[in-house]
Amino acid sequence: MRILLVDDEGELVSTLAERLSFRGIDADWVTSGEEALKKAETETYDLAVLDVKMPRISGIQLKGMLEVKYPDMKFIFMTGHGSEDDFRAGSSKAYYLVKPINIEALVSKINEVLKD
Amino acid sequence: MSYQWDILGEEGLQFFGKMSASISHEIKNVLAVVNENAGLIQDLIYMHEKGMPIDPEQLKSVSQMITKQVKRADTIMKNMSKFAHSTDQLIKTESVSVNDILDVVTNLANRFADMREITLEKIPFDEPIKIKTNPFFLENLIWLCFDFAMDATGPERTVRLLAKEIDNSAQITFSQLGSLPVMPLETFHGKRVEALLSALQGDITVDTQAGTLSISLPV
Repeated sequence: MRILLVDDEGELVSTLAERLSFRGIDADWVTSGEEALKKAETETYDLAVLDVKMPRISGIQLKGMLEVKYPDMKFIFMTGHGSEDDFRAGSSKAYYLVKPINIEALVSKINEVLKD
Repeated sequence: MSYQWDILGEEGLQFFGKMSASISHEIKNVLAVVNENAGLIQDLIYMHEKGMPIDPEQLKSVSQMITKQVKRADTIMKNMSKFAHSTDQLIKTESVSVNDILDVVTNLANRFADMREITLEKIPFDEPIKIKTNPFFLENLIWLCFDFAMDATGPERTVRLLAKEIDNSAQITFSQLGSLPVMPLETFHGKRVEALLSALQGDITVDTQAGTLSISLPV
């Protein structure tokens, strides 16, 4: 399993990647949509975890771009929305996590998405 | 309440809500980083209990990252506090520093600018400018100008901000607006801006050739 973490908060995704590695999940991280597109050209990812709000290319736009090129890639969104209920009300996306993220919830969501 | 106050009330609430949402989003990001670093310490302790040595340098780096985020949150909250207190005296006007007001709004606008990949450049003032005005209305007007100026910026992607006192008026100028000639000015200069200008007894001039938008307020 190889995943790509994308968030403009570099200190968040770098720490998240390290914590996922302790749990046996191989994760790369980048801080923009452009870097994610470049990275996906050289590496194969099963899943991408995307921040919803990022400069230039938003997480939603990035998902659209990545799934055209890599139809098998799965996605989880991270959001800074106030609460899970707010996000649920504003989006039909099935896979999302609200910041601050619980690492065990992320691991469980990753497993759930990859089984789907 | 008059029609003008209805507009000011509605616009003011929207402005306050938009800024509060932006601040809460930024604080969520700070909390997310702190949360991951606290979690990383827990992971390291857990692994240490299983026999893996702890690297003091890594702990130092985690601690520094948390301290940095705490400072970031403190700066955000100090600005939010100044912003929130600008509503303390909505009717009565008071003597306020234009410099301070511009600092508050520039700090609030910076996150929106980052999302649009625009730099906000505030040119330091020679002399502090004090005016008697309603601080919240002025912040609201400056924000609307910022929002418009960010859409009107040229290829440099920079909005330059300068305040100075000229002939008994305080002038706040947004420059580097290279796209002004193609901007629909009527959508900006609508009821909201008119109501704020009327409440502040101010005026706005737009120079499409020079790429500038200026607010004038009585000193």
